[in-house]
Amino acid sequence: MHSTDASPVIEFRDVSYRVAGTQVFSGLNLQVQRGETLVLLGRSGSGKTTTLKLVNRLLSPTTGEIRVKGVPVAQSDVIQLRRGIGYVIQDVGLFPHFTVERNIGIVPRIAGWAEERIRVRVLELLQLVGLATDIAERYPHQLSGGQRQRVGVARALAADPEILLMDEPFGALDPLTRYELQREFFLLQQRLHKTVVLVTHDLREALRLGSRIALMEAGRLVTVLEPEQFLRSSDPMASAYVRAFGDGLESAANRGAS
Amino acid sequence: MNVIRFIVQNHQQVLDLTLEHLWLVGVSTLVAALIGIPLGIAIAHRQWLNKPVLASANIIQTIPSLALFGFLLPVPWLGERADRLAILALTLYALLPIIRNTYTGIRGVDPAVVEAGRGMGLTESQLLLHVELPLAVSVILSGVRVAVVISVGLATIAAAIGAGGLGEFIFRGLAMVDDRVILAGAIPAAILALAADLGVGWLERRLQPR
Repeated sequence: MHSTDASPVIEFRDVSYRVAGTQVFSGLNLQVQRGETLVLLGRSGSGKTTTLKLVNRLLSPTTGEIRVKGVPVAQSDVIQLRRGIGYVIQDVGLFPHFTVERNIGIVPRIAGWAEERIRVRVLELLQLVGLATDIAERYPHQLSGGQRQRVGVARALAADPEILLMDEPFGALDPLTRYELQREFFLLQQRLHKTVVLVTHDLREALRLGSRIALMEAGRLVTVLEPEQFLRSSDPMASAYVRAFGDGLESAANRGAS
Repeated sequence: MNVIRFIVQNHQQVLDLTLEHLWLVGVSTLVAALIGIPLGIAIAHRQWLNKPVLASANIIQTIPSLALFGFLLPVPWLGERADRLAILALTLYALLPIIRNTYTGIRGVDPAVVEAGRGMGLTESQLLLHVELPLAVSVILSGVRVAVVISVGLATIAAAIGAGGLGEFIFRGLAMVDDRVILAGAIPAAILALAADLGVGWLERRLQPR
């Protein structure tokens, strides 16, 4: 098993992506290791969401190759590929006409699990993401934003995928709920050791959750650093992020002082 | 009150013509739904088809009904029986609201929901069956509802080419300059339209996702 542990779970090989003649990004080389949380950090339009969607083939690269568990995604069965990858997006995308239970159970259900097994799994997942089990019968519109996002995470975990793709999963939440969910997700990840790719524009979130941070700017991968390295980095883009982040804290403190 | 007496006296004929009317409307709406809903889905998924299809359905809608019945009269198999012809014409008119509402309904499904479904590995047909159609069903049915109500009215004109239905009374009444006879056709037709509207409306609410 040790030999497979060394090989990356997700690998970008010289990938470029163009849409309607404009280059979104080019020459992307990136590896995601088993059990790590790789954060794609960058501002809007930097290509981080595109990068994420290339993994589960919601988008296809113009050139280059993406491999998941060593297999080029272009050659794998797209439906099986996606069922093996949990996907969480900012708008959650819960099915409004399904109860929480049916939402969480959808992938197991289409994969043909027995009803009883799905039910047990749903209850287990609700507990895992810190929700009361009586929420199972509710509809998404009856939930708070934080609860909805938890259900989104539970749904992505339903069929126990090895990989989790998260596109600004906590972006639409109020700061307190966001903090709570980030902390819980961190603890969850310590137990589950999924291979996670998480997109965010929030440095704080990146530092909090990432094993490594991949900084993207205008379709270019600037650098990949561990959180501590990131804070000390001399890279102009990275230090610009750290400065903006520090300024925010400082000016808030100054306002308090005056 | 003369009208009521006339209807009661001729109740068997009123009933027959009402059933005939219902048949024309029912068959044509069913055919229009069988064509229009898949077509609406197709153009919602393939944007380039959307303009030509909706434009064609729009053009059909602008042809005056009497003229359309007239145009179709010389067509070989169709012209043999007036009801075939009437059903074809009514189907054509019912297409636009059904296609347009199906298109609008499917396009109106939250893109995040569709993307989440696709991202977690639903096939395109599962996505359609379990997500898009259930979420679009009330918009689609309100298109069917409009189509039915239009058809009930239009079907009265089918009597002009001998296809029967409640229009028989209306045309006969016009020829005889007898309001009672006109109303004996118009009143049941109005009731039919209202009943159909309520019926499909009820179905719409029943199938509405929460």
